[in-house]
Amino acid sequence: MKGVTRDRAISFGLVAPSIILIAVFVYGFIGFTGFSSLTKWDSMEPNFTFVGLHNYQRLFSTVPTDRFLCDLRNTVTFTIFFLVGCIVLGFALAVLLDRHVRGEGIFRNIFLFPMAISYIVTGVVWRWILSPGTSLTGSTGINLLFDKLGLGFLKWGWFTDANMVYIHPDSRFGVFLAHIGLGGLASPYIGISLAMISVVLAASWQMSGYTMAMYLAALRGIPTEMREAARVDGATELQVYMRVIVPMIRPVTLSAIIVLGHISLKIFDLVVSMTGPGPAFATDVPAYYMWDTTFRGNNFASGAAIATLLLLVVALLIIPYLVSTTRSEVRA
Amino acid sequence: MARRFLTVFSIVLVLGASLALVACGGGGNKLEIYSWWTAGGEAEGLKALMDVYHKQYPNVQIINATVAGGAGTNAKAVLATRLTGGNPPDAFQLHAGLEVQKYDPEKYLVPLDDLYKSQGLDKVFPQDLLSLLQYKGHYWGVPVDIHRANVLWYNKKLFADNRLQPPATWDEYFKVSKVFKAKKIIPMTMGTKEGWESCHVFETVLISVLGPDGYKGLWTGATKWTDPKVTDALNLYKNMLADINTDHAALSWDQALQYLLDGKAAMFIMGDWTNGWFTSKNFTGYGWECVPGTKVFDGLSDSFALPKKAPHMQNALNWLQVCGSQAGQAAFNPLKGSIPARTDVDPSLFNPYSQSAMKDWTSEPIAPSVMHGAAAIEKWATVYKDIMNTFATNLDVSTTQQALDQAAKDNLAM
Repeated sequence: MKGVTRDRAISFGLVAPSIILIAVFVYGFIGFTGFSSLTKWDSMEPNFTFVGLHNYQRLFSTVPTDRFLCDLRNTVTFTIFFLVGCIVLGFALAVLLDRHVRGEGIFRNIFLFPMAISYIVTGVVWRWILSPGTSLTGSTGINLLFDKLGLGFLKWGWFTDANMVYIHPDSRFGVFLAHIGLGGLASPYIGISLAMISVVLAASWQMSGYTMAMYLAALRGIPTEMREAARVDGATELQVYMRVIVPMIRPVTLSAIIVLGHISLKIFDLVVSMTGPGPAFATDVPAYYMWDTTFRGNNFASGAAIATLLLLVVALLIIPYLVSTTRSEVRA
Repeated sequence: MARRFLTVFSIVLVLGASLALVACGGGGNKLEIYSWWTAGGEAEGLKALMDVYHKQYPNVQIINATVAGGAGTNAKAVLATRLTGGNPPDAFQLHAGLEVQKYDPEKYLVPLDDLYKSQGLDKVFPQDLLSLLQYKGHYWGVPVDIHRANVLWYNKKLFADNRLQPPATWDEYFKVSKVFKAKKIIPMTMGTKEGWESCHVFETVLISVLGPDGYKGLWTGATKWTDPKVTDALNLYKNMLADINTDHAALSWDQALQYLLDGKAAMFIMGDWTNGWFTSKNFTGYGWECVPGTKVFDGLSDSFALPKKAPHMQNALNWLQVCGSQAGQAAFNPLKGSIPARTDVDPSLFNPYSQSAMKDWTSEPIAPSVMHGAAAIEKWATVYKDIMNTFATNLDVSTTQQALDQAAKDNLAM
C-alpha cells in the first residue's frame, strides 16, 4: 500500500508552482490590500499604523466629500440600466436574426463589431455624439440632429446634466417615508444620476452585440421539434417564446448577468475617456475614485479600502454563480 | 494548458530578470534625468537644458527618462517605486513646495544647502521662493522655471468693440460680465471636466479675497477655513459661476479656451501655459491682466532634486548646477514658455507676456499654488479638488465651507 503514487507526486509537483504563484500574487496581494485599508498609509512612505475601520468610515460619510456615496449610487444606476439594456436589446437582436434573414452573417458581424473596439474609443466617440453644446454656441452632436428634425424638445444636457432623480425628503412621499421610519430612502444618494444614462448608452451599444451572440447560440441550440410541438399544442408565437424559449435559455441569461455585472461594477476606462468624474460626481465610479485617491492623492489606505469594497461587491455577485456551476458540474 | 502557460511564464521571468540586470548595470559616465516633459515646448526646453550641460561635460552620456501623463501623475507613481526600491534616477523633476513631503526627503534625498551656498543661489532667487523651497530647514531642489497661475486672459477685440477696460476689481468684473451677457457673449469661459481647473480659478479668488498671507495661512493653520472671508470668497466664486458657459462640465481647459479664441467668450482664468497654447494656435488677439485684486504672484515652480542613492552623484550635482545657472535658465525657459526662477536673466530673450511676468516676479509677493503642488500635501490637494468640484454644481456655500474646514482638520492634525 502506497499513500502517494509516483504519478500523484509528479502531478502535484507540476501544479505546485502555479498554486504558489497564485497564492502569493493573487491572494497574498488581496490580503495585503485588505490590511493596507486598515492602516494610516497616506503618503509615499508606507505607514502601517493601525486605524481600524477609519478609512471605511470616511468613505461612507459626507464630510469632507460625499464622493464615494455618489459613486455607489452611480454604480447601482449604471449596473441596472446597463444589464436591462444589454439583455433586452441583445435578446431582441438574437430573435430577429434567428428568423434566418437574408445576409444574417453580415448583420451578425455588424452587431458584434462594437465589442471589438476598446472602451477608450467608444468613450471618445460617444462624447462627441452626446456633447450638448450651449445656448450661446448652439447645439452640437445629437442635440443638433434633434434641432434639425424639429425634435428640439428632446434636447438635454446628456452627461453634463448634474440632476438626480430621487425622493426629496421634503416632498409628500418623502415625509410619508420618514413617518414610517424609512426616511433614509429619501436622499440624493438613493436615486438615479441622469448623466449616467449617457454612459449606459455607450456601454450598451458596445456590449449588447455580445449578449446577442450568446442568445443566438442558445436559440440555435433549441431543437426545432420543441417549438413545433408547442405550436402543434396550439401555442401562439408569443406563448412559444414566453413559455418555451425564454425558460430554456435561462442559463445563458444568468451567464450574461454575471459577465456584464462584473464589467459594470469595475467600469473605469469608458468613464475616463467619456466623461471624467462629471459635475458633482454625476458620472464618477468607485474604480475612478480609487485611482484618483491612490495615485493623485497618494492616499493608499483609502484607495485600498475602495478596492476591498469593490472586491466584496464583485464577490457577492460571482461566488453564488461559481458555487452553482460547480454543483451542476459535479451533478453532471 | 496551465503547464504550457507556466513554461512560457518562467521563460518570460528569466528573460525579464536578465534584461533588468543589464539595465541596472549602472557604471559608465552617465546621467539619468527623470521628468514628465514629453510634449511640445516642454520637451524642447529640456533638450536645450541638456545641450547646455553637454557643452560643459561632453563626456557624460545623458539619459532622458520621461514618463508621459498630465501634471506628472503617472511619472510620480513610477518615481515613488524607484525611490523606495533603491533604484532612483540621478535627478528628478519636483514641484517646488510641499510636494517634496511625499518623497520623505530626509530619508531619500540629499539636502542641497551647500550647492546653494557655493553657487550663490540664495542671492538670485526671490526671498519668498527661497522660503517656499525650504522644507524642514533644508533646500531639496533647484528651481529651473516659474509659472504664474493668477492670470486673467481676455479677448482684446471683444473688449475694444464694447469699449470696455479689462477689470481690475471684482466690482468692475461683474459690471463687464453684465455687458457681455447682454450681448450674448460668454463673460467667463471655463472647462471643469478634469476637476482641477475650477479649483485653480477658486484658488486665485481665495488669494484675492484673503490676501497672500491670509491665503498662505489656510494651508498652515494660521487662517481658519471658517473665517468669514472664506465665505465671501465662496460667494464671489458662486456669482462668477452663474455667468460661465453652461457646458463647462463637458470641456477641458483648452477646449473652453477655444470659445475665447473664436470670439464667443471674453475672459478666462488659467496659468500662463495658456500663453503657449495661444502661440501654438497662432492667435495674437489676447491680452492679460492679474486676476482682479491679486497684486500677487500665484506661482508654481519646477525644480530638480537629488536622490541619496543617485548612481552618478557628481554628474547629478553638475546637472543641478547647470539648472540653477544663468545660462541654463536662459536656454530652458523661452522654449518652455515659463520664466526663469533667477531674477538676473536677460528679459529680451522672452516674449512680451513673459517679460511682464518677469517684472512682477521680482516685485510682487509670492503665493504658492495649491492645485499645482506648492501649498499643500497632495492628499489634501485632492480632497480640496473633490470638494470644489461638487461646489461648482450645487453652489452650497455653508456645506462646502464645512467640508473645507474638515479637510483642513484632517490634514493639519498629522
